[in-house]
Amino acid sequence: MIIRFVGFGGQGIVLSSYIIGKSAVLDGKRAIQNQSYGSESRGGECRGDVIISDEEIYELEPVNQDVLVALTQPGYEKFIPHLKPGGTLIVDKDLVITDEKMEPENIARYAIPATDIAHKKFGRKIIANMVMLGYMNTLLNQVTFESLEKAVLENVPKGTEKLNLDAMREGIELAKQESAR
Amino acid sequence: MGFNEDRKRYLAGLEDKTYFMLGDEACAYGAIFAGCDFFAGYPITPASEVAERLAEELPKAGGLCIQMEDELASMAAIVGASWTGGRSMTATSGPGFSLMQENIGYAIMTETPCVLVDVQRSGPSTGQATKPAQGDMMQARWGTHGDHNIIALSPNSAQECFDMMQECFNLADTYRTPVILLMDGEIGHIRESVTMPALSSIKPAARKMAKPGEDVFGGEELVPGITHYGMGQNVHVTGSTHKANGMRDVTTPHVHEALVKRIYNKIDDNREKIIRVEKDISQNGQSKIGVIAYGATARPSLGAVRAARDDGKNIDFMRLITIWPFARKQVAEFAKNLDMILVPEMNLGQISREIERFVNCKVVSVPKIGGVPHTVEEIYDAITEVAS
Repeated sequence: MIIRFVGFGGQGIVLSSYIIGKSAVLDGKRAIQNQSYGSESRGGECRGDVIISDEEIYELEPVNQDVLVALTQPGYEKFIPHLKPGGTLIVDKDLVITDEKMEPENIARYAIPATDIAHKKFGRKIIANMVMLGYMNTLLNQVTFESLEKAVLENVPKGTEKLNLDAMREGIELAKQESAR
Repeated sequence: MGFNEDRKRYLAGLEDKTYFMLGDEACAYGAIFAGCDFFAGYPITPASEVAERLAEELPKAGGLCIQMEDELASMAAIVGASWTGGRSMTATSGPGFSLMQENIGYAIMTETPCVLVDVQRSGPSTGQATKPAQGDMMQARWGTHGDHNIIALSPNSAQECFDMMQECFNLADTYRTPVILLMDGEIGHIRESVTMPALSSIKPAARKMAKPGEDVFGGEELVPGITHYGMGQNVHVTGSTHKANGMRDVTTPHVHEALVKRIYNKIDDNREKIIRVEKDISQNGQSKIGVIAYGATARPSLGAVRAARDDGKNIDFMRLITIWPFARKQVAEFAKNLDMILVPEMNLGQISREIERFVNCKVVSVPKIGGVPHTVEEIYDAITEVAS
């Protein structure tokens, strides 16, 4: 399973891929996390990739991904051609306008107001990535929630643990409603 | 050398656990487990995380970390630190590695144990600063002038970055020579699981010490005992040609010949003890095609070999773990029944030409530059093209 997170620096893109990778390792799976970002610490294009497997991982930088999580329009436009046909696309619906003409065949498309929820419900746009993480993992069931929580707790700034976990649980609930529909 | 109380206390908090970290970070922790006492370096992508992590962690373990003014000074500092009895290291990438070459020669000539980490990036010059490459394979071998030998190892995972730091320091102390961990930016910058061992399993090699009054730069053995500053022995340490007692003699032909040949031979004569390769041979032994790779490239290479086998092709695989001294005997043996060897590498064929020198079969370079590693498919296609 190859998952790509894209967005701007400052949205927690690299952290999201790190947390998924770390959770997979905690689950006893193999994982590789990889990233690319500009020299700016905030605002530049940013991507975080994670590969999860039960077997040895040979491909270090796969060209195509199974899942694309996009938090910005340029990120979506640049990387959507690399989503595998039949793959899964998750976007922040207030930040990304999708265009079917650009998309590979038979993909599953999900659009959620992650940043809006983070802002309105928690007063912190910066935790939109946690909403996304919870949502994505509930849809795809890649890592156990036990490990995911552990990885979040270990890697978010001290004092923000509850905030981040609550945001993640909000994403989980959203995905449960989605699948109930 | 060895572990003081600070180090033991620090390592007790880390040992026997699994982490998810960068190859660069694994290298830094591997150094602390290996008993590294001193780091001097200058930041450079994609090696900076080695220095960053050591700056944070090494002092907690009772070591010292200094950011120097440049790479020339960094290399000089680790040579000096080694003569005080510490295990010393630096970390850099291509442009910095170029600047270190003169003092690498000095470390070779003065027989100073020390470890250099070169996290290779795309060159020449500043090149693609943030992109990985394997372009320093020959620079590691011949970057400094004059006749010499060098030891260089190439890890293909974050775990090996950790493990090989112990091996590098042990080789450096055993052979009294600089040792290079020839990483690539790909392995340095991926995160993977890394398991740190139990402290009790770490066995640092001890340096052979010269007896009081004994010559530090010669004698019967290929590797003479060393002495350290402050131990009471007056020793002259010079990069100029010197006699067994360290004093300069830059005009007598046999003095130079004896010194340089011994320094050369102490690695050459021990090559079979130093060299490590890993083989994955087709079960039926019918292969006519082989693949040789190292570092990051070994990963997609092995994936391609296994995929080709799944398709019914017989392909043999070998990974060079030790790059220098070159595994010429192992490569020749691997090639014995093959018609052709493919060599994928992230340069324009540096090691493929080295392989060519020691085999009778055809050697096909599968080069890739530009900052993106080979994919399994690219190497698979290269195999099917020659296998059909």
